[in-house]
Amino acid sequence: MTKTADAVIFERNAAKALDDGQLRRNLRSAMTTLSQRRRTLFADTEAFEQLRAQGESIRRRALSQLPALLEQLEGRCTANGIQVHWAETAAEANAICLDILRRHNARRVIKGKSMVSEEMHLNHFLEEQGIEALETDLGEYIIQLDGETPSHIIVPAIHKNKDQIARLFHERIPDAPYTEVVEELNAIARQELREKFRAGEAGISGVNFAVAETGTLCLVENEGNGRMCTTAPPVHIALMGLEKVVEKLRDVPPLLRLLTGSATGQPITTYFNMITSPRRLDELDGPQEVHLVILDNGRSSIYGDAERRATLQCIRCGACLNHCPIYTRLGGHAYGHVYPGPIGSILTPQLEGLDEAGVMASASTFCGACEEVCPVKIPFTEILRMLRNEAYAQGESEHDVKGHGYRYTTVEGLSWKSWALYNTRPGLARIGSQILGKLGQHLPMIGPLKEWTRTRTPPPFAPKSLHQLAQERGLDNDR
Amino acid sequence: MTDASPPLIPRPSKVYYFGTCVIDACFPQAGLAGIELLQREGIQVIFPQAQSCCGQPAYNSGFPDEARRVARHQLKAFAKDYPIVVPSGSCAGMLKHQYPHLFAHEPDIEEVCRFSSRIYELSEFMVKVLQVRLEDRGEPVKVTWHSSCHALREMAIVPYAKTLLRQLERVELVELQNEQECCGFGGTFSVKQPAISAAMAHDKVNDIMQTGAARVLSTDCGCLLNIAGTLGYRQLNVPAQHFAEFILERTQ
Amino acid sequence: MTANARANILSRLRATTIQGQGPFIVPDAPIIAGLELSLEERIGRLQRMLETMHAEVRVVSAGGWLEELKAMLRARTLNGLLYGPAAPFGPALEGAWEEDLPPLVPYIEPVEQCRERLFNIDAGITSARGAIAETGALILWPSAAEPRLISLTPGLHIAVLDAGMIFNTFAEAIDQQHWLRHRMPANALLISGPSKTADIELTLTFGVHGPKELVVFILS
Repeated sequence: MTKTADAVIFERNAAKALDDGQLRRNLRSAMTTLSQRRRTLFADTEAFEQLRAQGESIRRRALSQLPALLEQLEGRCTANGIQVHWAETAAEANAICLDILRRHNARRVIKGKSMVSEEMHLNHFLEEQGIEALETDLGEYIIQLDGETPSHIIVPAIHKNKDQIARLFHERIPDAPYTEVVEELNAIARQELREKFRAGEAGISGVNFAVAETGTLCLVENEGNGRMCTTAPPVHIALMGLEKVVEKLRDVPPLLRLLTGSATGQPITTYFNMITSPRRLDELDGPQEVHLVILDNGRSSIYGDAERRATLQCIRCGACLNHCPIYTRLGGHAYGHVYPGPIGSILTPQLEGLDEAGVMASASTFCGACEEVCPVKIPFTEILRMLRNEAYAQGESEHDVKGHGYRYTTVEGLSWKSWALYNTRPGLARIGSQILGKLGQHLPMIGPLKEWTRTRTPPPFAPKSLHQLAQERGLDNDR
Repeated sequence: MTDASPPLIPRPSKVYYFGTCVIDACFPQAGLAGIELLQREGIQVIFPQAQSCCGQPAYNSGFPDEARRVARHQLKAFAKDYPIVVPSGSCAGMLKHQYPHLFAHEPDIEEVCRFSSRIYELSEFMVKVLQVRLEDRGEPVKVTWHSSCHALREMAIVPYAKTLLRQLERVELVELQNEQECCGFGGTFSVKQPAISAAMAHDKVNDIMQTGAARVLSTDCGCLLNIAGTLGYRQLNVPAQHFAEFILERTQ
Repeated sequence: MTANARANILSRLRATTIQGQGPFIVPDAPIIAGLELSLEERIGRLQRMLETMHAEVRVVSAGGWLEELKAMLRARTLNGLLYGPAAPFGPALEGAWEEDLPPLVPYIEPVEQCRERLFNIDAGITSARGAIAETGALILWPSAAEPRLISLTPGLHIAVLDAGMIFNTFAEAIDQQHWLRHRMPANALLISGPSKTADIELTLTFGVHGPKELVVFILS
């Protein structure tokens, strides 16, 4: 098997992660806790199944009328005084943000957690333009201090333990004492950020749900930093992927419950923020301007295909990461892309192309744990399998995923053709299994067998196959 | 599971047996044990010599055309209307739940669905159709159980296999701490992502060892290949065995 | 650029009569029977849920809550209590205030003129428009009368809730308070406790960027 470039990088990252005992322990303990909390909250499995059937229905109903809902959202927001912008690419979205910030002369920006902004590499972009974009969610703050990216879409600093964070704070925050007490670490961050909230000239946030019916932007958070970013500065920019829209306000309660419960096992977060307009004339606070940036960045290409469209049902709860045996061992960074874990493995190859990220689709045993917990019933294995098909599909492919066919080699194509031949010609198979039976224990350790035997004893090929034994025992052959 | 609910289907006199390619090559004794467990219940077992593989390796590796070719071959090999018993949760899942996907846009989809509706995993068939009662004749032993992901989720037959084990009075079943977690086999995954697969297998083996069980049992020989291979590599003396072989051994 | 982007995105979304080979099916949503608790049960559940999230809950009579508030504040050292004079309880609060209590600080200027003060005051008091028993959460609709930052910048947030406004579920609150018939406020909120985080090793700690304490007076 020749290895594609994305596979080489992924395997190197994976090997590094697997070797990092500290990382593995941090992740294992965190993922176990998160999944236990979720299981406790949704202990009534029948009720959970009903709730998630509702979630699935709401998300699919929204997607089935997506363009109309986006227009309705735009209309309602505009009528409410929110300025709506559309961006086809990350670069366009960045330019829109820069333009707004420049008009407000904003050089100090406070940010709430937003995966879309990670997708845009917004912080880096703004920094280059001389604008400080400060992450204010504690986890995001920690990794920004360390020059890292999130390793998890909900708990971005979960790969670090408190000792590592203690050292980081002590080294990077002026006058911060060394402490491993979590409460004290929190207090240091609170102290540091308090002044930033007061002085922030603009706030940037993500969007969890956007309600077309009312033009309302919903934000889920626990720390109060999201409220700070969207309330204290004179201007608020909200970033959303175009799939985040839901039809009705009444669609929000079940999704909210599914989101917080699946993510961290909480019945609800501390804050659920529903923003419908900028500061009204008679009001004393709130931003004078609210901007909504609707980002495509490849999503519309996913939308056109019925099977791929289900990818856009996602509400970014992270439960698939928490339950994934592979994510649990590697953490997010090894995937090498913004969205890790099962959701990353189905989303990224479609957004960036198989030739960039197709290997992510091979990072699954099809164990189905992601599918089992997904609160909106995304058919992960079906989509992963489709992506694997596309990776080898030459010429015109059924689902037209960007970069399809990148992985095809004549050697691999031929070997599967031979496999099919072997398994459709009983005569061939009979000879084959006799050879395996005789030579099984003396096969050369090359190719797949070489990979297998790095950490395992060779497969115990039996001297006689079940076919042979069945025949010897005179079992009815249905002839 | 031990309730008196009526059988899924009336007790047939004949069944087909789909031996699976992993059992065929590496664990034929497990395959034979499954056959004997059925014969012992008075069922005539038919083993079509033309059978081969369910097609899952190609299906999961990006080669659906090849998977369909092999699948159609099984359709021909199991042409009559008998139930098809499969001593593997994963292969049964492929035959029962994935064939209809694989053939969704093919002209022979109806034939495929009829075929799929005849699929039963072995423990499911023993409990839900034959309503088997076992009598333990073995020495006291402590065992643990590995649930294959497809047995657990796609087929949801693990409760049946455990029902059978619990009928064995002198068998103590100790559950794994992370029973629901994949062992890292994943078919071609094990050789396409060998490092991750190995890490998962090692963790699974650690989990098995902490139970203190004398054996690890499963419905699936793919997983057993991975687990036994890793146990062996680490020179740990805990046999990994198909449940049918274990049950037969203790009830003869 | 943006005008084009809009047209391009929408036309891409519209262009596709779905490829792939099946229709995009929208399954029916099951109808889920919500909670149906009595008033007393709703109060009890709300209290329990809020307390789990480290809020302090005091169920008091409508006539007695001010005295209890004062007693609570006397026991603490606070540099002031931020409030909106036009809040439903505003006049009563002013009328009942006494010298030995932390000074009442009315929020009457735009934030631009009092930002410093808002970020340094110890306590704030607001009304809650309602609450949700199922998950435990207060509903706040900040307004000109009770601006947004009262419930955000002070370390202690006190909320005053009429027990009659405790609904079983979020959905029920939306329906029974006719959210869709009203103009939604600039910023509607659900609050279920003091601010918290678990970003370091999933260790839950309270008091991050928002209030460190939430005290809820439920007036029955």
